[in-house]
Amino acid sequence: MKYDAGKYDIAVIGAGHAGCEAALAAARLGMKTLLFSISLECIANMPCNPHIGGTSKGHLVREIDALGGEMGKNIDKTMIQLRMLNTSKGPAVHSLRAQADRKRYQAEMKYTLEKQENLFVKQAEIVDIQVEDGKVKAIETNLGAIYNVDAIIVATGTYLKGKIFIGEASYESGPDGVAAANKLSECLKKLNIEIQRFKTGTPARINKKSIDFSKMEIQEGEDDLVPFSFEDEMPKIEQIPCWLTYTNEKTHEIIRANLHRSPLYAGEIEGTGPRYCPSIEDKVVRFADKERHQIFVEPVGADTNEMYIQGMSSSLPEDVQIAMYRTLHGLENCEFTRPAYAIEYDAIEPSQLKSSLELKEISGLFFAGQINGTSGYEEAASQGLIAGINAVQKLKGKNPVILDRSDAYIGVLIDDIVTKSTQEPYRMMTSRAEYRLLLRQDNADLRLTEIGHEVGLISDERYERFLNKKKQIEEEIERLNTTNVKPNEKTNEFLRRQGTTETSVGLKLSELLKRTEITYKALEELDPKRPKLDRQVIEEVEIMVKYEGYIKMQEKQVEAFKKLEKKLLPDDVDYNTIKGIRLEARQKLNKYKPYSIGQASRISGVSPADISVLLIFLEQYGKTKNNK
Amino acid sequence: MSTIAAISTAPGIGGIGIIRMSGENCFEILNKFFKQKKPQSIDKIKGYTIKFGHIVNGEEIVDEVLVSYFKAPKSYTAENMCEINSHGGIVVMNKILDLCIKNGAEIAEPGEFTKRAFLNGRMDLSQAEAVIDVINAKTDKEAKISLEQLEGNLSEKITKIRKIVISVMADIEATIDYPEYDLEEVTNAKILKVLDEVDILLDQLEKSFYNGKILREGISTAIIGRPNAGKSSLLNLILNEERAIVTDIEGTTRDTIEEYISIEGVPLKIIDTAGIRTASDEVERIGVKKAIEIANKSDVVIAIFDINKELNEEDKEILKLLENKNAIIILNKIDLERKVDLKTLEKYNKPIVEISTKTKDGVDALYKEISNLFKLKEIANDGETIVTNVRHKNIILNSRENLNKARQTIIDQMPIDMISTHLKEILEELGKITGETVTEDVIAEIFSKFCLGK
Repeated sequence: MKYDAGKYDIAVIGAGHAGCEAALAAARLGMKTLLFSISLECIANMPCNPHIGGTSKGHLVREIDALGGEMGKNIDKTMIQLRMLNTSKGPAVHSLRAQADRKRYQAEMKYTLEKQENLFVKQAEIVDIQVEDGKVKAIETNLGAIYNVDAIIVATGTYLKGKIFIGEASYESGPDGVAAANKLSECLKKLNIEIQRFKTGTPARINKKSIDFSKMEIQEGEDDLVPFSFEDEMPKIEQIPCWLTYTNEKTHEIIRANLHRSPLYAGEIEGTGPRYCPSIEDKVVRFADKERHQIFVEPVGADTNEMYIQGMSSSLPEDVQIAMYRTLHGLENCEFTRPAYAIEYDAIEPSQLKSSLELKEISGLFFAGQINGTSGYEEAASQGLIAGINAVQKLKGKNPVILDRSDAYIGVLIDDIVTKSTQEPYRMMTSRAEYRLLLRQDNADLRLTEIGHEVGLISDERYERFLNKKKQIEEEIERLNTTNVKPNEKTNEFLRRQGTTETSVGLKLSELLKRTEITYKALEELDPKRPKLDRQVIEEVEIMVKYEGYIKMQEKQVEAFKKLEKKLLPDDVDYNTIKGIRLEARQKLNKYKPYSIGQASRISGVSPADISVLLIFLEQYGKTKNNK
Repeated sequence: MSTIAAISTAPGIGGIGIIRMSGENCFEILNKFFKQKKPQSIDKIKGYTIKFGHIVNGEEIVDEVLVSYFKAPKSYTAENMCEINSHGGIVVMNKILDLCIKNGAEIAEPGEFTKRAFLNGRMDLSQAEAVIDVINAKTDKEAKISLEQLEGNLSEKITKIRKIVISVMADIEATIDYPEYDLEEVTNAKILKVLDEVDILLDQLEKSFYNGKILREGISTAIIGRPNAGKSSLLNLILNEERAIVTDIEGTTRDTIEEYISIEGVPLKIIDTAGIRTASDEVERIGVKKAIEIANKSDVVIAIFDINKELNEEDKEILKLLENKNAIIILNKIDLERKVDLKTLEKYNKPIVEISTKTKDGVDALYKEISNLFKLKEIANDGETIVTNVRHKNIILNSRENLNKARQTIIDQMPIDMISTHLKEILEELGKITGETVTEDVIAEIFSKFCLGK
C-alpha cells in the first residue's frame, strides 16, 4: 500500500559520510530535510579503515570544516590517536591523520543528526525516485511511503546492488553485513543514468587478545598537535598505538598456491578495483619480486578488541585467509572476528554530473560520495557537503557553489570526476592538486571560511574570529617585513648558533626567517618585542614568509589557470558545427558540455589544438552575440 | 557567421590593392555596388573565376576592378569569398571598403580570415605550424626537418625526456602520498643526477634550434672590403658558380642586396655591400659606418683584401671589425704581385683563403672554410631531430629555467615538495609539445612502480 507521507524540501538517500554532511548542510540552511538509511545502525559507518585524514584526505577534512561541515568536529570528539604525517616534506603536504573510535564516531554523528532542527532521520530503503518534466518530484520507500520533495541527494555508497565475495562464496549484501539496496539501482537505470560496476575490498578484523604485539613495531600517536576543526581546542585523549608487521615468503606462498580460489582471478568479479587499494593477492602477483609487504594493525575503538589489519584486504576463501594471516609475525595465533571480503557495487558514471553535483539531465537530482565512483570517507563527505549546499542554493534560486582547482582539494576532486570521469574508484592524492603549495591544510580556513559564511554555514561569530585571525597574520607579516635587525655581534652570535651565515648588513626579520635554519620561534631572541600570537597565526606567518617565493610562483600559475577558467562556454553550443575541432574532441565536448575553456582543456581527448580553435570560436561567438 | 571585409594588401601608394570579403552574404553585398556590363546572377558564376566591372557608389563610378569569386568551401576561409582587385590608391581602396561595410559587411580584425580558416576545419593549429615551416623552407634539408617534425620525431625525444622526469617525480610523489610506507626516500643527490641528465638532453634540443635557425634563415654573410678589393667580383663569381640560388630579396636599404646560395644543403644569405660608394669623403664615412653595421649583424664576415696592395687605414678599420666575429679573410688577386703584409693579417687568427676572382681559383677553399666554421656537415648530415619552431624553442628554454630553479631549491635545502613543484613545471612545459597532462602520468607511474594501499 502506498501512502502520502508529506511534503519536504530535500531528501537525502543514505546516511554515510556523504549523506550526513548533505543532510546537515541542508537542514542548517533552513530546509526541511529527510535523511534515509537502510539501517540507522550504519550512520557514518567506517566499514573499512578506522581512521580519518592522511595525505590529502586530512586536507579535505579541514576544507569541510572551513565550509561549515561536520566531519572535522566529529573526529575531534572521537579520535583515539593523532599524527601529523610528512612533516619533513614541506608545509603543503603536512597531513593530519586520526584513528577513530568507530562506534563513538557513529554515535556522535547520529546524535548530532538527531538534534538538528529541520532534519528528519528515518530508517527505510528508498526504492523509487519519481521524476516529472525533467524535475524530481517524490521518493518512495520500501513500505510505500511517498514523500514529495524538491531536491534529492543520492548518497548510497556501496549499497547499490552490493555483492560480497569471499572465495567461492558470494552473496548480495551491503558492507558490514547490512542489506544491499537493489531496487534503487534499477530505478536509476530507468532514468537513463549510466551505471558502472566497481569493486573494493576490506581486510579481516582480528581479536586483540590473540595478537602477540611483542613481535611487532609500535607506532604511537603524537602529542602537541592541532585538531582538525579550526574551531576546536585539542581534546585530551588517551592515545592508543598502532602496530606494524610484515608479510613474508610463507604468506606469499600460501597466496600463490590458492590464487585459483580467488573470485577475482577466477573471473567472477566483473567490477573494476582501484590501483591504490590492491588486495594482498594483487600485490603478491603484481610485485612478485617484493619480499615483504607492510601490514598495519590499527585499533577499531577504545572499548572493543577488534583490530583492523591494513594491507591484507583479500577475497580469498576464509580458510586460506586464516592460514595466510597466521604466517605474519605476531599473528601466529590470531582469531578472526570478521573475514576480509571484496565487494562489488553500482556507481554512476560521474561525467553525467555538473560541477554542482546535480545531474545534467534531471533537475534537482544530486549525487554524492561513493556512488559517484570515488572511494574514501573524506572524499564522500566533501561531496556530500557540496551537494547539500548546492541543493539548497538551487531551491533558493541562487548560483551553485563551485570550488575550482585553485580553491580547494574539494574543487580538484569534483572537477576530476565530472570532467575526466573515472575508470576505477577515485582516491584523493596530493599529486592530483596542481596548486598544492596554496592548498595547504593549515590555510583551509583562509581559503574557504568566506564562502562558508556567505552560504550560511559559518556563524557570524566564527566569521568575526576568522577575520581577526586573518588581520593578525597580515599585520605580523608586515611587521616582519619592516623590522630591521642590526648587523652587530649579538645578531651574528645568534646566526652562528643557528648554523647559518653571519651578516655585515642590516636585515629585515622576514629575510632572516626565510633562511632554512631559522624558525619563527628561534627568531624571538632578536625580536623581543614581538606580539603574543595564537599558534595558528604563527604557523601561517611562518609558512607564508618562509616559502614566499614558491607561493608567489603558484599564484602566478593560478592566474593563468583562472584566465581559461573564466572563459565561459555557452550551454547551447553544438560542437559538431565547429569543423576545426577534431571529431573525437567534438563528441567529447558535446557529451561533457564543459562550463569553461579551462574545463574543456582537461577533458581527455581534447587536444591543445582543439582548445585553440575553441578559443577562436568563443571570440567570434561573443562578437556575433554582441552584435545581435 | 557574419561577413567580414578588409584591405588585404600592405598600405602604400599606387599599384594594385585587394579588398577581401568572406562570409555567407559576401556575394549579395558585393552585388549592391559591383556592376558588370552584362550582369550575371551569382548562381551562374563559378568559383575561381574573375569578372570585370565597375565599383559604383550610387551614380558615381569609384573604380574599374577585377573581382575574383571563391565559393564555399573552396576558398581560404572555406566560406564564400571575393577579392576586389582595385587599381586605385589607398583613397579608392578605402572607399570600396566603406561600400562593403555600408552594405552589411564588418571590418575584419587582424588575422580573422585565418581564424575562420581554422574554425572551418581547413587545418588544425599544429598542422598549420609545420605546414608553414615547409612552405618557408629554403632548402631541401630544412623541408625534411619540418616533415620529420610533422611525423613526430620531436615528440619522441620529448617523450623520452618526460619519462625520465616522471619517473623521479613518481618516486617523490609516492613518498609524499604514502608516507607510512617504507619506500626509499628520494635523495637530493639522485634528483640532481636526473636533472643533469635531463639538462644535457634539453641542451641538445636547444642547440638544434640554433642549427635549425641556420637552416631556416640561412647564415647571414657580409662581404666587406675597400673599393676595388673585389667584393662584387666575388659575389658574381659565387652566384655564377652556384646555380642553387633560391631567392633574392631586396634588402632594407638600397645599398645592400641579399642573395641566397646553398652550401652543403645549408642556405647562405650573402649581404652584398657593393653598393657602398666612395665618391666623396662624406659618403665614404657613411659607407664605412654602414659596413660596420652590417658586419655586426651578420653571422659571418668575409673580409676581402687586395693582395696587390699594402694595408691602408680603411683595411685596418675592417680588420678591427673581425675581432670576436666568425670571419674569413680573403686575399684576392693572387694572380698579381704580393704586396700585402701577411704577418699583420695572421695576427687576427682567422682563416685566410687565397683566391682569384679572375681565374676562379680558391673558391672551393672558401666554401670549405665556411663549412668548417659552422660545422655544416654535422648540421646537414645528422639524422637528429631539430627544433625549428620558436614556440617549441621557448618551451625548451622554460623547461631549462625550471630545471635550474629545481637545482637552486635543492641547494637552498628546501623541502622535497618544493622541488617537485619545479619538476612538475618542467613536465607541464614539455607536455605542451606532446599534448600530455602531468597528473595522470605521474599517478599511473606511482602505481605501476610501487606496491601501495590497504
